[in-house]
Amino acid sequence: MSGHPVAGTASPAVRRRGLIARLARARATKPGEIYGVPGAGDTRLLSIATICVLVFVWWLVTAMGWVKPLFVPSPQAIVGSFVSILQNGYTGEPLWVHVGISTARVFGAFLLACLVGIPLGLAMGISPIARGIFDPPIEFYRPIPPLAYLPLMIIWFGIGETSKVLLIFLSVFAPVALGARSGVRSAAIEQIHAAYSFGATRWQVLVRVILPAAMPEILTAMRIGIGFGWTTLVAAEMVAATSGIGYMVLSASQFLQTSVVIMGIIVIAAIAYMFDLLMRLLERRLVPWKGRM
Amino acid sequence: MSLQIIDASVVYPGLRGRPPTEALHSVNLTVETGEFVVVLGASGCGKSTLLNLVAGFISPSSGSVLLDGQPVQGPGADRSVVFQKHALLPWLTVRDNVAFGLSLQGRPRTERYSISHRFIELLGLSGFEDAPVYTLSGGMQQRVGIARALTCDPKLLLLDEPLGALDALTRERAQELILRVWDRSGKSVLLITHSVEEALFMGTRLIVMSPRPGRITHTFDLSFSRMFLAGQTARAVKASADFIALREQVLQIIFADEEDAA
Ligand SMILES: Nc1ncnc2c1ncn2[C@@H]1O[C@H](COP(=O)(O)OP(=O)(O)OP(=O)(O)O)[C@@H](O)[C@H]1O
Ligand SMILES: [Mg+2]
Repeated sequence: MSGHPVAGTASPAVRRRGLIARLARARATKPGEIYGVPGAGDTRLLSIATICVLVFVWWLVTAMGWVKPLFVPSPQAIVGSFVSILQNGYTGEPLWVHVGISTARVFGAFLLACLVGIPLGLAMGISPIARGIFDPPIEFYRPIPPLAYLPLMIIWFGIGETSKVLLIFLSVFAPVALGARSGVRSAAIEQIHAAYSFGATRWQVLVRVILPAAMPEILTAMRIGIGFGWTTLVAAEMVAATSGIGYMVLSASQFLQTSVVIMGIIVIAAIAYMFDLLMRLLERRLVPWKGRM
Repeated sequence: MSLQIIDASVVYPGLRGRPPTEALHSVNLTVETGEFVVVLGASGCGKSTLLNLVAGFISPSSGSVLLDGQPVQGPGADRSVVFQKHALLPWLTVRDNVAFGLSLQGRPRTERYSISHRFIELLGLSGFEDAPVYTLSGGMQQRVGIARALTCDPKLLLLDEPLGALDALTRERAQELILRVWDRSGKSVLLITHSVEEALFMGTRLIVMSPRPGRITHTFDLSFSRMFLAGQTARAVKASADFIALREQVLQIIFADEEDAA
């Protein structure tokens, strides 16, 4: 703070006000930028630096022996268990099978949830009948943690794939349907009126105006939904699974193989993150006009 | 297409305990085929409400709105609207926005594009066919809106302050363009504007409205657009003594209204 380049004669109060004013004001623009766009600016370097610091602290804590490896294994141990499972597999299955089966469960449930949830959400947005019927059940189950109704899934659908996929499906379905529903309101009434005054049918208005206008919110809802899907994966694979990343994490924890647990968590995070990047790319491609009109 | 508004009132319900707004009170208006009616009035006097009524987006609380003798049931392709704001589709390019009405009507692509090409050119948007509309300036967006309404060749054209965001020169050009299109096609036009000069220049009839409750207070028959179409330049028409005298008269009416309201 003392090294702050302010005129030497300024009193501390004035200096402080200057700093606050500087923080409160938006930065001046560079050519090609627009003044005052919230959150404008590149964050990549800062993010990489944060990751490096975190990994360094982690390494320091383990290398200095401040915590036992049972609680926090070293980064090298994680890499080691990754390499060993990559070479030898886990409980007789190669790593890619675990990854593949979990991904299939999450994506299968996600696709199913989108196929059902988006049309249903749109229907709820445009029709009071659909809203009246489906609003209570969705709002009822939405806040319940999936672990709470997991036993019911098992009782009803057994311990096969059905109950696993259904559990993930339910956690993705609610955010996707509600996103599509609120997206319906994104279309300006003038846009809808314009279509009608060109002789559009209700169906055309839905497909040509309301659906595209709702796209940004639907994509955001899909991003949130797939996130919920990955969070529910481990719960789903608690049910008599013999493969999958979630299963690997759970069973490793029973044998106190902490490094495998952490490795599994990182693998899940990495896949989820890659999908999120894909969704962001899709968003930039499909709705470049988002928030611009 | 002839339009008849008989004793129509529109009351917007008051939200959350506020009193209802009587946006239109007992309005009578007849627009014959080929007429160009201009509506002028202070902000909030119910001009857009009147236009929405004719377009079929709202229905009268009392009275009736007839098109060729039939009551208006809702919007239809016989009436195209140019909106005051926010009615373009940002996910489409300029060309597809202009061709939007035609594509809703199921016209084949080549026909769609050749018709919209003509209007894009007419409105001075050539070179921007493939630009996304959200990258255009406000005035260019308004011109896209006008082109879009014209492509569908409506019998009744409803324009809600279509030229508000244009600069003086482009505005005059657009006025002349709309007059020529109207003259050639024999459409009926209902135009809303804030500009007295624009109103006098373009209309065959001028309607002045007053607020609270919105109603028609004065009507003038106009012949300036005929003078322009007969060959006089727009500037000469607008500088003529008759034009200036009427302009001052109308301005006085509007200012008197504003003072009453204040
Ligand atoms: N949807 C609505 N709900 C309630 N009141 C409304 C609604 N639309 C308009 N009004 C009210 O009706 C009156 C007339 O509105 P209108 O939009 O027709 O005015 P206008 O003459 O077009 O004004 P401007 O020139 O500013 O566009 C205003 O007092 C407005 O507050
Ligand atoms: Mg208006």
